[in-house]
Amino acid sequence: MAKIEGYIPIVGQSIIDDLRLLADKLKGRTIQHVNSTAVGGGVAEILSRMVPLLKDLGVDVKWDVIKGGEQFFEVTKKFHNALHGKQEDISGRDFDVFLETSQRNIDSLDICGDIVFIHDPQPIALVKKKAANKWIWRCHIDVSNPNQRVWRFIENFLPDYDSAVFSAPGFSQKLSIRQFLIPPSIDPLSDKNKELPQEKIDEVLRKYGIKKDKPIITQISRFDRLKDPVGVIEAYRQVKRCIDCQLILAGGGASDDPEGNRVLSEVRLKSENDKDIHILLLPQDDIAVNALQRASDVIVQKSLKEGFGLTVAEALWKGKPVVASNVGGISLQIKHKYSGLLCHSIDGASFAIKQLLSNREYANRLGQNGREHIKNNFLITRHIKEYMLLFLSLYHKEDVVYL
Amino acid sequence: MKRDIRAKEPFRFYTRLHLTELTGLRALSLSQLSDMIKRVSGACIYHHTHRFLQQHQYLSPEPPNDFAYWVNEALGEDELAEALASIDTIQFSSVRSLRDKITQTIDSYIENHSSARLKFAAVGEEFHFIKSVSFILPTSYTAYGLKGFSEIIRKITVDSIYFHIFESRLRLEKKTNDFSSWIETSIGERDIAERISRLDPYTHTLEELRWAIIRILDEDQEES
Repeated sequence: MAKIEGYIPIVGQSIIDDLRLLADKLKGRTIQHVNSTAVGGGVAEILSRMVPLLKDLGVDVKWDVIKGGEQFFEVTKKFHNALHGKQEDISGRDFDVFLETSQRNIDSLDICGDIVFIHDPQPIALVKKKAANKWIWRCHIDVSNPNQRVWRFIENFLPDYDSAVFSAPGFSQKLSIRQFLIPPSIDPLSDKNKELPQEKIDEVLRKYGIKKDKPIITQISRFDRLKDPVGVIEAYRQVKRCIDCQLILAGGGASDDPEGNRVLSEVRLKSENDKDIHILLLPQDDIAVNALQRASDVIVQKSLKEGFGLTVAEALWKGKPVVASNVGGISLQIKHKYSGLLCHSIDGASFAIKQLLSNREYANRLGQNGREHIKNNFLITRHIKEYMLLFLSLYHKEDVVYL
Repeated sequence: MKRDIRAKEPFRFYTRLHLTELTGLRALSLSQLSDMIKRVSGACIYHHTHRFLQQHQYLSPEPPNDFAYWVNEALGEDELAEALASIDTIQFSSVRSLRDKITQTIDSYIENHSSARLKFAAVGEEFHFIKSVSFILPTSYTAYGLKGFSEIIRKITVDSIYFHIFESRLRLEKKTNDFSSWIETSIGERDIAERISRLDPYTHTLEELRWAIIRILDEDQEES
């Protein structure tokens, strides 16, 4: 199990001392996280690392997962896309399916937290069980331009919550409850981000048949249309006209994402059997993801919409130059031309990739600045601190709080 | 080596941890920006003039405040951006007076540059008003003399330095920073207190500031 002491060499003793001070203020309160999947996707990944660390700090914390069948997750995937602003065909029956499954979870899930922390729309209706405890809704989605019908449906549940949390300022809405900005984070000691010996990196490349004879461009993401893997292939093709390179598209799936296989087929079709395009399905192989990122010359995140884009933080933490779309929380991580390059189109992405592959010194400088930015702002220790402050804020309404 | 004078009152180190609260308010143009700056809470003004200090603590020199950055990046008004960036925050003893200076600077620019009124930020590039909620709590560190004080300064978090130098002076409206105040009143070392007080903390990163304070304390020990 992860121990908080392990982070001292990275962030320093005094940061850990502060976390202990805050944990002490939460004594006697139980925090209950609820989300929709135990494995796959950014939320489960963060909770799987954060919950043990909170426990190690002495915070009484538990994590529950709601149950839902294939039909429910088809609906919530549509909601997810619609909240991101994507056109979706949503019927009245879809809302019924959502409410029916929600009711089954309301009936079966034991709510025991003094503070109940609901992640994303899937379990949002559980708030009907609210008693004298405090409830937080954590939105990991880019809701800056949502489908209004779905947003209004979701919004109906919010007045019963005490606070909402968003990942970027642009996602905030006019709400009757307090809303906070807490971006997610990466764990520098997880298998996905820890230092790896060169032999391990080489072993992973051998396993997937990738040679280091030409520059490697990589996008790590679930096979999801909002991550635009097809656009990445087009950008790669433009780069390849002048720089001989190879492309890795790698990612796993999440149990609450039924769309993944369809998108994977589209991507395979688009690759047209190009031997320099490596399409890798890596179900929960974090060491492989880590190795592929470290072996890359440029890392791309060409999302059309993005809640935050943890893969950008992962790449920057490894000191890699990144080209990413200027969407969602990505602009919090990359200051254009300082800690990476932002783009708005396939042409823009390919131009930026070419710039980085042609100017290695510039690329390295962006990568190093990016690593420093992530170290200061997007590691799990900062995230734990802000979550504990969030919990404490539920009991204090003032702007300056003396603890 | 100078004798370590025991303080009349010990110095208890506090730390300030902050949570960022979203207001849902946004501005698209200079007029909207100015109107909202006049209306939002002091916690908002404080956030937008001090956020960079903590989030970009590795950058040197210190980047402009959020207003200056947005005016330049989203509206392309680099002359106003420069005027806003060069507002000397250390000269202001309250958030209220700092707010007045910012709005005067924007309003006067709008008056003299009529074309600036016509500019609007692109979708997605609006200015989002955010506020800082501060949580202040005592650390386990207490200094009884300058020697111990200097040792603690070396190991406390930048958040603690931030609280005693920035927040207590401007947001809690004390006349000087906490370090100078204690060194003068409890140790009686007015010269050291003044030298720390004269540091312009807005031109240093927080780590640089830590070392600038340590240098002043160490120099005093070596001179004696």
